[in-house]
Amino acid sequence: MRIKLLVRRLSERVDPAMGCLHRKYLLAARRPPTVASRADDWPGRPHRLLLLAAVLGSASGEGKVHALVGPNGAGKTSLFNLLTGFLVPTSGRILLFGVDVTGLRPHQIAKRGVARSFQITSLFEELSAIEHVALALQSRTSLGFGFWRDETTLRRFHARARALLEEVGLAGVAGQPVRHLPYGQKRALELALALALEPRLLLLDEPTAGMSAEDVRRTIELIARLRAGRTVVLVEHNMGVVGQLADNVIVLQQGKVIAEGPYQTVRADPAVVAAYLGAADA
Amino acid sequence: MVAAAAVAAAVALPRLIYPVLALEILVWGLFAVAIDLLLGFGGLLSFGHAAYWGVAGYVAGMVARDLGAPFPLAVLAGLLGAAVLAVPLGYLSLRRTGIYFTMVTLAFAQMLYYVANELRPITGGENGLQGVSRTFPGLSLGPSLSFYYAALPLVLFGYFAAYRIVHSPFGHVLVSIRDNEARAQALGYDTARYKHIAFILSAGLAGLAGSVYTLGEHFASLEMLHWTTSGQVVLMTVLGGLGTLWGGVVGAGVFLMLRDFLSTSDLFRDAPGVVTGAIFILIVLALRHGLWPTFAVLVRRGLGRFA
Repeated sequence: MRIKLLVRRLSERVDPAMGCLHRKYLLAARRPPTVASRADDWPGRPHRLLLLAAVLGSASGEGKVHALVGPNGAGKTSLFNLLTGFLVPTSGRILLFGVDVTGLRPHQIAKRGVARSFQITSLFEELSAIEHVALALQSRTSLGFGFWRDETTLRRFHARARALLEEVGLAGVAGQPVRHLPYGQKRALELALALALEPRLLLLDEPTAGMSAEDVRRTIELIARLRAGRTVVLVEHNMGVVGQLADNVIVLQQGKVIAEGPYQTVRADPAVVAAYLGAADA
Repeated sequence: MVAAAAVAAAVALPRLIYPVLALEILVWGLFAVAIDLLLGFGGLLSFGHAAYWGVAGYVAGMVARDLGAPFPLAVLAGLLGAAVLAVPLGYLSLRRTGIYFTMVTLAFAQMLYYVANELRPITGGENGLQGVSRTFPGLSLGPSLSFYYAALPLVLFGYFAAYRIVHSPFGHVLVSIRDNEARAQALGYDTARYKHIAFILSAGLAGLAGSVYTLGEHFASLEMLHWTTSGQVVLMTVLGGLGTLWGGVVGAGVFLMLRDFLSTSDLFRDAPGVVTGAIFILIVLALRHGLWPTFAVLVRRGLGRFA
């Protein structure tokens, strides 16, 4: 199958000078084995290609929250993996803040101001919560290569780390190894790690999954607060969260954008209803 | 307190057992610590560290024998030789992960073994590099006991370096890569570079140990490069306990003393493997985290009596 650039209606409105992820570039990627959800995706058949329109950002750019929604296998996490360099597109380019970042490795993209949280909680089981955040803060320095230095040099990050833990409601468990933390608190720690990087683009993969109602409320408040000055993209299944936070909702299905716009508009879109509930002809 | 007790133990060791064995325990312990740095803290199982131990041995031996350099310089040359060798070999091996990484390290080490075997004019082939002497202006280092104490500072420096590396900002990043490499990348860490540095540091420590070993034995044997050497040091590390850093020293001590004891016993002299194998199986089954946790409790209790 040949990749074609799918030009969406929005692409004409792109301001090339804007300081956030460009939307006009379509990302195409071979679906990697790790995300192949159905046997017919991989391997054997001519490889399936994801066509993803990255419609993230607007001319005013900053402070916006975009929600990526769509059924399982729509390509939400694949899009994140493409944006953060964990997957390399087989064709097409990825522009970040107006610069081509196609083929850069994950740490290089992280250094350019992109932070992500992972769908499946992804932490360092042996480290404590505060060590996690200190590690994230440390990554922006070159201290990590200092194998001759004493580890106490890391204490300089602790004040800031404590403040970040406070912000996500984890101040009480700062010293505990994360393997003892309940799931909801691990999700909150993911958020603190992303924040520690002070990203311009923040990608959150199901930030409220597995959280109690109270934690969800706090997370919504937190995201609403930290959107200032950056673009936030979240993958979310909880439509309550989407409705409250998202300025823009992008609906993906089978790697394609099927609808996009404000929550109220999108939820009434017949294509979206069909994708979620199954149309008679599907 | 603990460090002082450890140094005191190292000083007392050659009075308790004969000095040649004491030096062997000291250097194999450091070699095992180098493995643990990579395996226990970096999650990388090298099955080819014989390369660094052996090449350092040959380099140190040649520098001491042919250039007549004082022994610390020979050791330094061996250490640097191993570290420099680890730059390309580490880079190439680390392009693979998991068991594939392990197999590539093994392959490189075996390559060096055969190269050393063929380069008879330089390495002495199967006979090894013979007639290595250790010198230092103003000191007579002929007796094993004198050399033990002369080399002790160098080896202790190696132990200290390993401790410093693990307990440094670098060590924290290394542990995070071991636990979750993708996460560390997403935080902005160039994990490939960290692993490469860890590999070079580990090879350097193995080289330090191998150099002292060669000088202690008066010759560098071809066996130092053989894969069984890599296997033996990994076994010591696992016996002592992974991720404990010092476990390897206990593992080396138990391994070498057991071997020494069996070689002098009438009953098991001909088949020491039967006994050692059985004992190692028992240790692994009974003490899943290795000897070190148990050993540490005993030592703490012992120290508590003095305090």
